[in-house]
Amino acid sequence: MTQARTFSLRRRGVLPGFGLTLGYTVFYVGLLVLLPLLAMVLKASTQGSAAFLTAVTDERAVQAYWLSFTTALAGAGINAVFGVAVAWVLCRYTFPGKSLLDALVDLPFALPTAVAGIALTAVYSENAWLGGKLLSLGVKVAFTQLGIIVALTFIGIPFVVRTVQPVLEELDTDVEEAAALLGAGRWLTFRRVLLPSLVPAILTGFALAFARALGEYGSVVFISGNMPMKTEIAPLLIVTKLEQYDYAGATAIATVMLGASFLLLFGINLLQRWARRAEAR
Amino acid sequence: MTHLVPSFLARRSLLLAALALGLGGCNKPSNASPSATTGSASAGVQEAAPVTLLNVSYDPTRELYTAYNAHFAKKWEAEHHQKVTINQSHGGGGKQARAVIDGLEADVVTLAIAYDVDQLYQKAKLIPENWQSRLESNSAPYTSTIVFVVRAGNPKGIKDWNDLVKDGVKVITPNPKTSGGARWNYLGAWGYALKQPGGDDAKAQAFVEKLYKNVPVLDSGARGSTTTFVERGIGDVLITWENEAILSTKELGQGKLQIVVPSVSILAEPPVTVVDKVVDKHKTRAIAEAYLKELYSPEGQEIAAKNYYRPRNPDVAAKYKDQFPAIQLFTVDELFGGWSKAQPRHFNDGGLFDKIYKPAK
Repeated sequence: MTQARTFSLRRRGVLPGFGLTLGYTVFYVGLLVLLPLLAMVLKASTQGSAAFLTAVTDERAVQAYWLSFTTALAGAGINAVFGVAVAWVLCRYTFPGKSLLDALVDLPFALPTAVAGIALTAVYSENAWLGGKLLSLGVKVAFTQLGIIVALTFIGIPFVVRTVQPVLEELDTDVEEAAALLGAGRWLTFRRVLLPSLVPAILTGFALAFARALGEYGSVVFISGNMPMKTEIAPLLIVTKLEQYDYAGATAIATVMLGASFLLLFGINLLQRWARRAEAR
Repeated sequence: MTHLVPSFLARRSLLLAALALGLGGCNKPSNASPSATTGSASAGVQEAAPVTLLNVSYDPTRELYTAYNAHFAKKWEAEHHQKVTINQSHGGGGKQARAVIDGLEADVVTLAIAYDVDQLYQKAKLIPENWQSRLESNSAPYTSTIVFVVRAGNPKGIKDWNDLVKDGVKVITPNPKTSGGARWNYLGAWGYALKQPGGDDAKAQAFVEKLYKNVPVLDSGARGSTTTFVERGIGDVLITWENEAILSTKELGQGKLQIVVPSVSILAEPPVTVVDKVVDKHKTRAIAEAYLKELYSPEGQEIAAKNYYRPRNPDVAAKYKDQFPAIQLFTVDELFGGWSKAQPRHFNDGGLFDKIYKPAK
């Protein structure tokens, strides 16, 4: 059956080199992604299932997963909204300093995460100018969960902007004008004309930002304060376990994080496909 | 993270050095032959193949080993007509030990806690079990202790450990789960409480719990805590290594900070050892052992003292006595039965430190 399928694929394909490139892809993904992950799962399975279960269901671990997933979702969510706004401004308007602004968006990619963490803490800690102003309004940012969200939003900015930007550039302004001529208000134009085309790109950006935020360690440990049960993210818990040479425990937590993020990303992928199909119709 | 690049470079140069040694090794028998005089004479003209050592250390020793490596390289070249390059790798103590266990080819390790060095035996049998008795003074050529840093003028009037548990005092110390230095801080507080009249384990536990309730931020490493205290201006008192304290008051906050020495504190003994499996493979045992021995020499001790580590040598100690005020010191072995007992009891998962943060049920 499989043979017949490959055969049909081959016959249908217009481009040559299917076998070669597929072989390469499988090898590449296998070597770079699957192999290390497999090694990790194997390491996690060196302990008994009871030890694994105690490690992953520990009160502190559960609290850490919850914190990591909620803050990563919040950061990616904020970027999904405001990243679109940034992409919109960069695509649709011209103004002095635009290319500078455009370049700034990529900065969180290039910056070592520890530097980002130190810089953010310098701005948002209670004795800093901005942190102090916010504190007088009753908002404490550094060393709280809010601080974690700030850091995760920061590192996620480029993802949504850079995935939405090219799609937005492709979209003809004629369509928007046509919608306006046909009597649609601005909000209706945005909701019914623009948004459907943008949703797949927004979802991709959201998924990337979310995945990136979930694994983020360097910037968060500086701004979170690392208080157990309150601001202790799951990656910190993994490092903590390694510090006591508990390789098995560390990989157990990592396996849970990996499984959960895979399911979430898979779900987002399905959603994206559905959105693409909906748009095509 | 920080040590990735240097260690990669170090590994490459180690490989080169091993190759060079392998080639140079052919000349060795001729030295032992009767024509030894001509052999060494020619060696005087023609230098021995250069050698490279990798010293894997923890974070605050950067300045110390920069100075010491220069001294040792000069001395070795003068005595043995051989150029030696010492590569340094610095990072959190536990992370560094894991890198060596996982295959980073360190000729010597100079770490913060005997527990981390012990793992080189426990996990990978890279060193013998009795490693700590191979060099004098528990293989710790220099020591340090835990002191306090406060704001200029000491506005909260902090004099001793018991001032740290008072209401309204904010204490900065890193997370002992991730920072080796922080474990010394924790044990220092515990030991102080034990040593008070009528002190016992239960009272010590209550004391330490109260102290950590005054800690607003648990940084992941010692330098992070110094930054929080010095740069961010958060907290009233920083608990830290003496060498970090002197360094930060001298270089980071001249006139803004001052050191407070408690009545009693813990003797921190950062141990050093040759990594046997690695030096045997690299054929660098002789030079690696000489490298560590030199730390105990008067010159080595002087360099340690200049970099704010307490020297073992009494003459050097006398010379620097103004820098290191006398404190009553206790050791981990005396009060806690060594690191192999202290680590699981206090710092591993489910240990006493975790209990402080367990929510009340």
